[in-house]
Amino acid sequence: MLLIHCPHCREDREEEEFHYSGEAHIVRPLEPENLSDEEWGDYLFFRKNPRGIHHEMWHHTAGCGRYFYATRNTVSYQILETYMVGEKPQHTADSAGASQ
Amino acid sequence: MKAVNRLGSGARTDSAKTINFTYNGKPLQGVAGDTLASALLANGVNLVGRSFKYSRPRGIVGHGAEEPNAIMQIGSGAGTVPNLKATQVELYEGLEAASVNGWPSVNFDLMAITGWFGRLMPPGFYYKTFMYPAKLWMTYEHFIRKAAGLGSSPVQNDPDSYDKLNQHCDVLVIGAGPAGLTAAREAARAGARVIIADEQSEFGGSLLASTDIIDGLPATEWLDAIVAELQGFANVQTLPRSTAFGYYDHNFVGILERRSDHLGLTAKTGARQRLHRVRAKQVVLAAGAFERPLVFAHNDIPGVMQASSVSTYVNRYGVAPGNDLLLFTTNDNAYQTAIDWHNAGRTVVAVVDSRLNPTGERVAAVTALGIQVMAGHGVIEAQGGKRVKRALVAQLNAEGTQVIGPVTKIACDLIASSGGWSPAVHLSSHTGAKPQWDASIVGFRPGKSQQQERSVGACGGTYTLRGCFEEGASAGAQAAMLAGFGDDSLMFPVPEVLDIQEQPQQALFLVPHTKSTSRAPSQFVDLQLDVSASGIELAVREGLESVEHIKRYTAMGFGTDQGKLGNINGMAILANALGQSIAETGTTIFRPSYTPTTFGAIAGRDVGELFDAERYTAVHRWHVEQGAMFEDVGQWKRPWYFPKQGETMQEAVDRECLAVRSSVGILDASTLGKIDIQGPDAAEFITRMYTNSYLKLAPGKCRYGVMLKEDGMIFDDGVCACLAENHYLMFTTTGGAAAVMAWLELWKQTEWPDLQVYFTSVTDHWSTATITGPNARKVLAKVCDDLDLSADSFQFMDWREGTVAGAKARVFRISFTGELSYEINVPAHYGRHVWEALMEAGEEFDITAYGTESMHVLRAEKGFIIVGQDTDGSMTPADMNMDWVVNKNKAFSFIGKRSLERSDSVRENRKQLVGLKTLDGAEVIPEGSQIVFDSKQQIPMSMQGHVTSSYYSANMGHSIALAVVKGGHSRLGQTVYCPLANGRTIAAEIVSSVFYDPQGERQHVE
Ligand SMILES: [Zn+2]
Repeated sequence: MLLIHCPHCREDREEEEFHYSGEAHIVRPLEPENLSDEEWGDYLFFRKNPRGIHHEMWHHTAGCGRYFYATRNTVSYQILETYMVGEKPQHTADSAGASQ
Repeated sequence: MKAVNRLGSGARTDSAKTINFTYNGKPLQGVAGDTLASALLANGVNLVGRSFKYSRPRGIVGHGAEEPNAIMQIGSGAGTVPNLKATQVELYEGLEAASVNGWPSVNFDLMAITGWFGRLMPPGFYYKTFMYPAKLWMTYEHFIRKAAGLGSSPVQNDPDSYDKLNQHCDVLVIGAGPAGLTAAREAARAGARVIIADEQSEFGGSLLASTDIIDGLPATEWLDAIVAELQGFANVQTLPRSTAFGYYDHNFVGILERRSDHLGLTAKTGARQRLHRVRAKQVVLAAGAFERPLVFAHNDIPGVMQASSVSTYVNRYGVAPGNDLLLFTTNDNAYQTAIDWHNAGRTVVAVVDSRLNPTGERVAAVTALGIQVMAGHGVIEAQGGKRVKRALVAQLNAEGTQVIGPVTKIACDLIASSGGWSPAVHLSSHTGAKPQWDASIVGFRPGKSQQQERSVGACGGTYTLRGCFEEGASAGAQAAMLAGFGDDSLMFPVPEVLDIQEQPQQALFLVPHTKSTSRAPSQFVDLQLDVSASGIELAVREGLESVEHIKRYTAMGFGTDQGKLGNINGMAILANALGQSIAETGTTIFRPSYTPTTFGAIAGRDVGELFDAERYTAVHRWHVEQGAMFEDVGQWKRPWYFPKQGETMQEAVDRECLAVRSSVGILDASTLGKIDIQGPDAAEFITRMYTNSYLKLAPGKCRYGVMLKEDGMIFDDGVCACLAENHYLMFTTTGGAAAVMAWLELWKQTEWPDLQVYFTSVTDHWSTATITGPNARKVLAKVCDDLDLSADSFQFMDWREGTVAGAKARVFRISFTGELSYEINVPAHYGRHVWEALMEAGEEFDITAYGTESMHVLRAEKGFIIVGQDTDGSMTPADMNMDWVVNKNKAFSFIGKRSLERSDSVRENRKQLVGLKTLDGAEVIPEGSQIVFDSKQQIPMSMQGHVTSSYYSANMGHSIALAVVKGGHSRLGQTVYCPLANGRTIAAEIVSSVFYDPQGERQHVE
């Protein structure tokens, strides 16, 4: 069971207070009508599902009710950082690769 | 009865205090401090079960969690516990034990006599049997389960209670042997909050049976002192009888504490067991090691035991499990067993050592006692029936792979074997650390740490007492420092012990026989599941290569002992058969639980009434008083129907439904989700979320909306009212309220943070009484005198603020029945008062309380969908014939809009909502029934849709159903068929989904 730092509450809380809410940084197209079915389908359904560094969106459902992002290693389950919506991650697959 | 093998008091038993117990119905006596296993051995009981496949007699082998054979059913009735290891059951007065393996009895075994059965069960038996012939498996399985004796679960409710404790600590120490104790002491002294847990009844681990001198004291006295010292720390929590069974992510460890199992079947006071859910900053693993048995022919005959277990029974319990001991070893360490046995006054007939020239200090000590040491020899076979009678001993080559000398028969009744030690890497393995083979210790060491943990002492591969003390102490100091306490320096001198010089051990995983492995008598690797060396070799010949596949094919390590004894030998034999090194072959991955964990402890207090939270409306007590039957909707308890004396459910529902359409009914609608939405951008936001527009919705007006997910599929629906400028109230479905709230927040927080809009859940703040039917206005008029209720003034889809029965109310003229309806919302604490006032006002109209079932029937008569019942996440508004609710001309591309144009969303032949009218009007189609067009088609039939809602409608006088059917909207008038599981088929006509009042005239009551 994960221990997750909510950047809004600024506390480490148990995983059972949170809901995983999918991949982070998926931006809704501004003009959906101008997209082909395939492009719209990519936005709707296609996700990275990487082995290793992954950016995720979490919801502090039983806490402050706010969404935030987390960088998590999907192999070790280590959470490298949590950060606010609108911010950029400090840790990325590239930076992790470079540091190893 | 005299306990023939009781030597007197052991280090941890008191022979003056006798304890009565029964084994398979026979009364026996043990003493205080005994386990069930030590008490049985004291009484000369060694045969404790029959083996899984071959039904061979089996005896006690070990003294702890590794025990494969002595599996017991303890007690009877509600508290009975199956599959406990006798080696871990503490004896208490009146304990009832029964062996679970062995049917009809351990001494008379039907299958051993018939003997045919084992031949039918080679490795891979299960796989082969599952594959073919499938039908026979059912027969086999019944027989196997009964024969193998998997124990029986209690059939009554568990009378005990269980607790869960969420705990945090700085340093968690798992295992309270020499390494764990010194680790805990150092961490405690540094000021860290320490939890130290050990699965045994008391702390000490190997020290409990040790004859070493520590700091000038006998080991057990030194032990008592350090345990007292630990208990003196305010920042140390000591947990004996507590097994760390799982090591999970982010240093989360599950520990099962058995509080009262050692006192009796059910707890006299408090909880029987506690589940400690520990989040530790740092973990020290000091879980010890398991002695590795030697694999020789018929090494499963009762009387073949672990060398360390023999010493433990003698030293700790004062029990000698036999008379004439033959010790078979590959290492110096086990010689201690010969010394202990000799000192107990019994005979050591020989020590057989596979090494050519053992000369360590313990070897010399044994020789000095006049005990014969047969170097370069091995026990190649044990002989005997239900007890060892003799050992066949022969000279081996230097590698231990071949018999090179004549076979000698040596009479004995006890063979103690030691093939070295295997670190208990289980918990470190749970974290994902892959165990690494280390030839220098002939064992797997824990892999690289994946979490904040370190393994010390025997579980890290360090076996000397001095080494355990040193490693434990420095790990404790280091863990404390990393948790923020101390500076990593030792505060206590490392305990002084006498170093004993030892020679290297020999790696010996399979003792050769004069015959080849496939022809020799079975050489057992996994005693609990009857996996032999030849079985592993056979699996390799059949083409299996991976250790994980071999494990599943042979079932090695699948028993309740999880292969604690057999796994390493098995992997080494596999590696040899594959012509690989052990390092190349690797080990299987250990997963939780380390030992079986009771469901009771995992459930804790979350049982019965406390299983899940229950939500009640403000009117709940009234419903209860009226004898309502309840339905769970999410966590809500909603009245389902209100039966009168002697009424069936159908009769009650018929009466309720007729009352609504003929006069007036009342429904508790408080559970509908309510979200208060405010802000200058509220209208814009709401318009983005619903398929229709709210930009021009004026205060006092309501609108019905459908919410889609971005994939265009219906997600929720409900009415949204404009309360004032920039202020709205959104109603959601009862079950969808929380999800809708999170959905709104998701878009607001992540996509449109610039919009100024705020959401507040107000579901529980309001109590809602819906009065519906042609007389609804007359009822409301009697308790409300500040609203103009006239049809012209208070129109359909209007809401008004007024006073109802003295309470400030929001009254919504919206309808889920098609009748004239008012949803009267008052602050929740006025809910019951207003409800009762409405009942009183409605008395002259015979106002009828109705529940969710009638609500469902009434809305189905009108063809109103229920999201989640008539939709399933794959339905668009068009599929539901609800294009009218979609405004495609809104400026903003609302959530889901683009998906409505996807090729799949506009494809022909999508499942579409229709009504079904059975040809026999009395017949109600079961909900969920599949729909076919051709009732004569052969199975598998082409399924064209399914029934989503189905009821008998008293108002219509026949059954009605809603269904989704492929291309349904263009199939009105066609006949479809619902084939039922019982072989019958119901025919129905596709009709409009609106059965009642298709023109919608009913709510226009003047
Ligand atoms: Zn939070």
